[in-house]
Amino acid sequence: MKVLVPVKRVIDYNVKARVKADHTGVDLANVKMSMNPFDEIAVEEAIRLKEKGAATEIVAVSVGPAKAQETLRTALAMGADRAILIETDEEVEPLAVAKILKAIADEEAPGLVILGKQSISDDSNQTGQMLAALMGRPQGTFANTVAVEGDSVVVKREVDGGLQTVKLALPAIVTTDLRLNEPRYASLPNIMKAKQKPLATKTAADYGVDLTPRLKTLKVAEPPVRQAGEKVADVAALVEKVKALGIA
Amino acid sequence: MKTLVLVEHDNTKVADATLAVVTAASKLGEVHLLVAGHNCGSVAEAAAKIAGVGKVHVADDAAYANGLAENVAPLAAALMADHDAFLAAATTQGKNVAPRVAVHLDVMQVSEILSVEGPKTFTRPIYAGNAIATVESGDEKLVITVRGTAFEKAAAEGGSATVEAVTGAGDAGVSTFVSSEIAKSERPELTSAKIIVSGGRALKDAETFEATITPLADKLGAAIGASRAAVDAGYVPNDYQVGQTGKIVAPEVYIAVGISGAIQHLAGMKDSKVIIAINKDEDAPIFQVADIGLVADLYAAVPELTGAL
Repeated sequence: MKVLVPVKRVIDYNVKARVKADHTGVDLANVKMSMNPFDEIAVEEAIRLKEKGAATEIVAVSVGPAKAQETLRTALAMGADRAILIETDEEVEPLAVAKILKAIADEEAPGLVILGKQSISDDSNQTGQMLAALMGRPQGTFANTVAVEGDSVVVKREVDGGLQTVKLALPAIVTTDLRLNEPRYASLPNIMKAKQKPLATKTAADYGVDLTPRLKTLKVAEPPVRQAGEKVADVAALVEKVKALGIA
Repeated sequence: MKTLVLVEHDNTKVADATLAVVTAASKLGEVHLLVAGHNCGSVAEAAAKIAGVGKVHVADDAAYANGLAENVAPLAAALMADHDAFLAAATTQGKNVAPRVAVHLDVMQVSEILSVEGPKTFTRPIYAGNAIATVESGDEKLVITVRGTAFEKAAAEGGSATVEAVTGAGDAGVSTFVSSEIAKSERPELTSAKIIVSGGRALKDAETFEATITPLADKLGAAIGASRAAVDAGYVPNDYQVGQTGKIVAPEVYIAVGISGAIQHLAGMKDSKVIIAINKDEDAPIFQVADIGLVADLYAAVPELTGAL
């Protein structure tokens, strides 16, 4: 079974995003970029399925600028077998990304597509579900545990209030939540080897997908800033404050 | 504009999250609801009483019993022939279903809106809430998820909507519900609680978390939350996590115990009305957003606080 793993190049998890002075977006100039953390978890899960013998080949895909090659090389260094970059300098919305992924899935015929539940850039939480709907296939979103059983996959999902387990007919789409696994670091020899692994570059036009955005961003602003209040000296003073709130 | 709101429920009662979505929908136009479930008559009845609702569409079928997105989305999409906007709560259920509805309509979804600025203009958080984008949809129909804490809850009583039975295609035949492990608790639900007591990594282990946080929460009738670090370390189950990748909360009072205040965590609770922080590190970022701060060792301070209340 082939596993397709879409990955996105985003601002690094440890960097605080700053709004541009002209309010047109977030300043990404000279900012450290990395693989979306939820996508790292997706790559790791695909590798574990391969190590268990449930998967045979892992294809990493990214839609983004030429530099997204670095992100794909990271996936290859972790253990993906080959990569496809759909190169574009445009901001591509989840709906268009899902349409590109659908076209690639038609070509590659993966048994599973595993991707992050959301990117930490636009926080949309849509691409996996959209891809599943476009393919007319089931989805296991916010996965906590994934087990391939014959021609189906059992996914334990993190839902409000607890966990839900669903059984999906393959091919299926899985989106990862934080606790699915802990992604490995790529070793130096594997980073070197990844440079030799195949990486194909394509365009959205190759797949006949229109990237014209449907949403227009009118403004990007800083959120309202909360002011620090006062520090109290001891527990007795805190008790008084809490009582004044009328909650105890 | 005619809106269709997906009602979140457990086949018994309407989830609070839906009430905030009704408020958001009412800013766009007429509000219709969709109850998709099984033996869910009591939900339809309760939904019809929500203030401001014009009509409740009820699809009662075993295929909808567990809200599987593969089955519910085509049903909702078919009803969208007569509606202009589809809205769902930005909960795990809403996030699961809405993007599939968007695909059926070939619409780019607007996720987790914070406000309605115009008929097709909304604000939404990006970059873990470090920026707020104002976006305008160019699509003919709208598909929206709504952040519950950003809108007042509509009154659960006072409405008298008509209830209409609808049928959909039923089981898409690709997914089955196996089981669920939903914690049964006497405590208020995290996202609708008035008071939350939250613990961080400083609580050391599951036993210490329980022994320190639970008595204070019990005393205040509060829900219990946790930072991602505390969840990752296994002190509490994952559905306790407050933060950008966990639950977004905005209670009247949020008490952060031993939580340093990482950006990720602040994004999930900074809209709380009053924030109280107890931390022994006086430079912890949590104090920059706290209304009341106490620099103290939590092992001494929390039991003393609990005892004095």
